[in-house]
Amino acid sequence: MLDLLAGFIVELRNAGLPVSLTENLDAMEAIKHIPLEDRDAFKYALAATLVKNNGHWKTFETVFEVYFSMRGPHYKISDLDADDEKLAEMIAEMMGQQQNQQGGGMEGMTPEELAEMLYKAMLNADQAMMRAIARQAVQRFSGMEPGRPVGGTYYLYRTLRNLDLDGVLERLMQEAQNEADGGMTDLEERLAKDEYEDRIDKMKKEVEAEIRRRLVADRGAEAMAKTLRKPLPEEVDFMHASREELTMLRRAIYPLTRKLAVRLARKRRHGRKGPLDFRNTVRHSLSYGGVPAEPKFKYPRPSKPEIVIIADISGSVAAFARFTLQFVYAISSQFSKVRSFVFIDGIDEVTSYFEGVEDVMEAVHRINTEADVIWVDGHSDYGHAFEVFWSKWGKEITKKSTVIFLGDARNNYHASQAWVVKEIEQRARHVYWLNPEPKAYWDTGDSIVSEYGSHCNGVFECRNLKQLEKFVEQLT
Amino acid sequence: MADHRFESVPAVRESLQSVNYLADEGISGVVYLADRLQKPILVEGPAGTGKTELAKSVAKMTGARLIRLQCYEGLDESKALYEWNYKKQLLRIQAQRVVEEGGNGKWTEIEEDIFSDEFLLTRPLLEAITATEPVVLLIDEVDRVEVETEALLLEILSDYQVSIPELGTIEAKQIPLVFLTSNNTRELSEALKRRCLYLHLDYPTLEREKEIVLTRVPDVSDHLADQIVRIVRSIRSMELKKHPSVSETLDWARTLVLLGIENIDAEQAKDTLHILLKYQSDITKAAKELSTNGSR
Repeated sequence: MLDLLAGFIVELRNAGLPVSLTENLDAMEAIKHIPLEDRDAFKYALAATLVKNNGHWKTFETVFEVYFSMRGPHYKISDLDADDEKLAEMIAEMMGQQQNQQGGGMEGMTPEELAEMLYKAMLNADQAMMRAIARQAVQRFSGMEPGRPVGGTYYLYRTLRNLDLDGVLERLMQEAQNEADGGMTDLEERLAKDEYEDRIDKMKKEVEAEIRRRLVADRGAEAMAKTLRKPLPEEVDFMHASREELTMLRRAIYPLTRKLAVRLARKRRHGRKGPLDFRNTVRHSLSYGGVPAEPKFKYPRPSKPEIVIIADISGSVAAFARFTLQFVYAISSQFSKVRSFVFIDGIDEVTSYFEGVEDVMEAVHRINTEADVIWVDGHSDYGHAFEVFWSKWGKEITKKSTVIFLGDARNNYHASQAWVVKEIEQRARHVYWLNPEPKAYWDTGDSIVSEYGSHCNGVFECRNLKQLEKFVEQLT
Repeated sequence: MADHRFESVPAVRESLQSVNYLADEGISGVVYLADRLQKPILVEGPAGTGKTELAKSVAKMTGARLIRLQCYEGLDESKALYEWNYKKQLLRIQAQRVVEEGGNGKWTEIEEDIFSDEFLLTRPLLEAITATEPVVLLIDEVDRVEVETEALLLEILSDYQVSIPELGTIEAKQIPLVFLTSNNTRELSEALKRRCLYLHLDYPTLEREKEIVLTRVPDVSDHLADQIVRIVRSIRSMELKKHPSVSETLDWARTLVLLGIENIDAEQAKDTLHILLKYQSDITKAAKELSTNGSR
């Protein structure tokens, strides 16, 4: 047990969770008080002592599942049959008429029958049935072979494609429609749909768990945990984020900006004291009989920079630009003014999109659809975009402006026009370049980031929320 | 302490239920562990998911006194821990002078005297550990204090004692159950987190929320409760600024009961949305989405 727990904690640390020694000891202490048979209690005991950040919960859950849920004796694959028999009875009951033909549980079913079962299970939200079907489906469709070096997602994809859950959803909706004769109101329809989608999500999770279970049985927990290791939300790479991860990022960004805004406001208030405020000191000395016992200081007037963002929103770096814009606008109260420009090979000002809009997401969406950023062919051309920027808006860059370029500087071998950056640098207070690519890739292929970068006050690698947050914080 | 407050995890759950707080496995497990390990619980989660309510319910169910420290920016030790009662001390010194006209009362005597228990104003934290009866200490919204002020809490949280330079260390007469709540507006320090058990309260599952509505709102029918929680879930799945909390669900349920509505249709839902949502942009968005049939 101790070894297992130690391995578990090492894996948590590997996954990026900060687990300290005292927390480790607490966990050991905690499980003494918990009946070990109770898996849920055991899990929560570990979670309460080891995981101190909600963002890390998902990682914990995965590691926990790999390490503990699949070790019990009843999780061995060979014992499944016993379980299946019980289920087979249930199934037989449900399927009524087909009782006689079915000998060996679900093994003998045709795919059509399986689909029918799935549909019924979903309709009744029958957990046990769903689990059984998930098992059966994985066995049948995933084509899993021991020792095959394929990721779990491949099996998952294969299984889900065969189950055709979208089709099931449609059928369920149809059924719901028929049931409520006289038609459903829109609200009812929506609620029903939410309900079924929820069930389908559950089904997907069952399938996922089943695949994982089988993989663990095949490869062992340690190896499995390693392949399942997923980056924490703040460390997800912008450029390679999957769609799911992007939604996760979108959710994570709001609390992050809120925290940052609070921190910045606080920093401002408790900032370094300025020179002695003579007037104020004398005024306060009155209460000490004219003795200046309590010196008062001037608070330095915080500088509020004017931010000019020039962002590449071509396909490869669009997500990055979106998040950065969102981030900067979320704390725009810390700046005197924020102006934003977006380009691909043409450039357009999009500041007005953000004005009077409460929802930054919406503004970002409008940028993607409305901004006029294509000049010739819609491939990034930094040189042309910069040139246009300089001739149109160059004069508006002043000593107060901080200019931030966002992009990977992959210029498709066009002319770089780096002189624009140089000119801007001479007029502006600061010029920064944020590059969403890992540093190792800079200046490879058509990337000319150092050509631009040599005229900037700083070039930063900015691949995930963590780095972005750090940059924005030091900006103010 | 040898005796524990709770028998087992299910026992915690049941007694929480008896005071109308529906705990799930995680909540009752952590409360149970907090008692066994004698550790504080740090409760985090979105606003209105019952963080403060949990502490109150635990106090109620154990019959303990609830001592509450509301945190805010600028909270300092004179508000949280203890303070010397200066005015009383001054009076004491003057009274001494009057009595011993001639002034041969020794200064050290007076000094010892004026820095004694009598002149100490206990603030919530000190009060919690000096209390002789069972106590539940609730430190509410701990994320509102500055990082430096957090350090004030560390001694009491890990050792259940308070050091007062003039008096020495005061140790707890009994170990209080401590709850800290946080709305997660900033990251709490590692030192604080390390000393606590962590509990994240999220929006409850559909089934649990329905149970909550049924227990908390009198006269609500099963059918209505079901509809309410399903609509709320639907709204939570949208991308909004602020999702409706459990307390807002309850408010909404009460309103609908008051209005005598038995079956919610889209119109009524739209008219009462302002109880669930607090931003105009959210309300318009939700109203729009609710009247479409969900083909997103």
